[in-house]
Amino acid sequence: MSIKHQDGTIPIELTVNGREVSLEIQPQLMLLDLLRDRLSLKGAKRSCDLQVCGACTILVDGKAVSSCTYLAYEARGAEVLTIEGLADGNTLHPMQQAFIDNGAFQCGFCTPGMILAAKSLLDETPRPSEEKVKEYMEGNICRCTGYRKIVEAILDAADKSGI
Amino acid sequence: MSLTSPRSSLPSLECKLIPPFRMHEPETVADAVSLLGQHGDDASLYAGGTELLLAMKEGLLRYGHLVNLKTVSGSDRLDYDTSSGELHIGPAVTHRALELSPEVAANFPLITQAESKVANVRVRNVGTLCGNLCFAEPHSDPATFLLLYNARAELQGSSGARTVPVEQLAAGPYETCLEEGEILTSVSVPQFGPDMKAAYQKFGYHQRPTIGLGVAVRLENDAVAEARIAVGSVGPKALRVPEAEELFLGKTVPDILSPGASVLDEAGRLAAEAAQPMDDLHGAADYKEHLVRVLLERVFAEAVGAAPTAQRSAA
Repeated sequence: MSIKHQDGTIPIELTVNGREVSLEIQPQLMLLDLLRDRLSLKGAKRSCDLQVCGACTILVDGKAVSSCTYLAYEARGAEVLTIEGLADGNTLHPMQQAFIDNGAFQCGFCTPGMILAAKSLLDETPRPSEEKVKEYMEGNICRCTGYRKIVEAILDAADKSGI
Repeated sequence: MSLTSPRSSLPSLECKLIPPFRMHEPETVADAVSLLGQHGDDASLYAGGTELLLAMKEGLLRYGHLVNLKTVSGSDRLDYDTSSGELHIGPAVTHRALELSPEVAANFPLITQAESKVANVRVRNVGTLCGNLCFAEPHSDPATFLLLYNARAELQGSSGARTVPVEQLAAGPYETCLEEGEILTSVSVPQFGPDMKAAYQKFGYHQRPTIGLGVAVRLENDAVAEARIAVGSVGPKALRVPEAEELFLGKTVPDILSPGASVLDEAGRLAAEAAQPMDDLHGAADYKEHLVRVLLERVFAEAVGAAPTAQRSAA
């Protein structure tokens, strides 16, 4: 039942954007700090640090989580997806393209979290109603767009998915 | 490709918020109880961490040892027992698991509806119902809607197991009746009888509710034969209000909802008084008193399938 080295660090292995990563972490390390400071993936943002704003949203085994308050330890053995891993080479993910086509961002700070949350919504519910989109995205805050275009972008991506 | 980072190159900036702790991974409840006993005040149970890690980041709580309940075998079990009609919620069952369970939707639709509106989807993916109850943060949906079902908390400690009503689990803000080293191992929720009509609504403008209020009633020959009213988030802890429930007994729906009827005014006053509204970031005490009365009517009307207030007064 013990997985730790004597100095309290934990060896973990996980997959980040399709790449296998193995490293030593301290148990109190948050996943956001691992991504930003150890792996230099700066797409997930620290903002409220309280699991309220959604700027740090990433997907762990397909589930949206607030990486600011989620131990890196919890991602052991998991597949982590950040905004950097979404495009396929030079081809943007349909959700990224839909955000561009619909002008669904201005400053862009909330956008990585928005896009990943929206992706997890469509993975779960491929053709959501407008009401469902608004309900699901309630926990991702944008201070620029007024949300209208974000909702339109998500519905657009759902329309174009061909499902 | 593999990325490795030798320990010697750990950046000094990381882990700046929470002081170091050791993570323990018990495989049984008995192991978890024993770890808690061994480390006493320096240890805390850890499940979703959505409340605990926040409080630790803020420096409000500090522990040298976290005991991970999720590694206890079967801790994420969510069982519906068809013979007893009871739902058993294990200590690692997340809000999201409850929200998405077809069995919960079929037999406890009020739980599905209320759980789908807890916090946001990221918190629901990680946070657990049992953790929410054990943290006893007064602004809690589960602590309130579970009271409508007369749900029970199953506890296990070094001296054995015991069962307490969920209503008694919270002693006050951030305080429970759990004894040192005692673990909430399951919440048991008896299903409503076939004639029970129930609803739960909340209102708030932050992530946590300003108020949550639930009503369950059973009608016999058009009159209320049983009433349950639960109020939460406005005061130190969620509670049932038997003195307000009694006022509904024997009354018909029109007796209660017709303009000029006094039942809701009186019941709302008693419920607001019992709930001990507190001034906080979510609203002033007198505003919460007002909300108790407003929601009591709305939730009762929803439970019995009557038109919403505005439509009734316009009619």
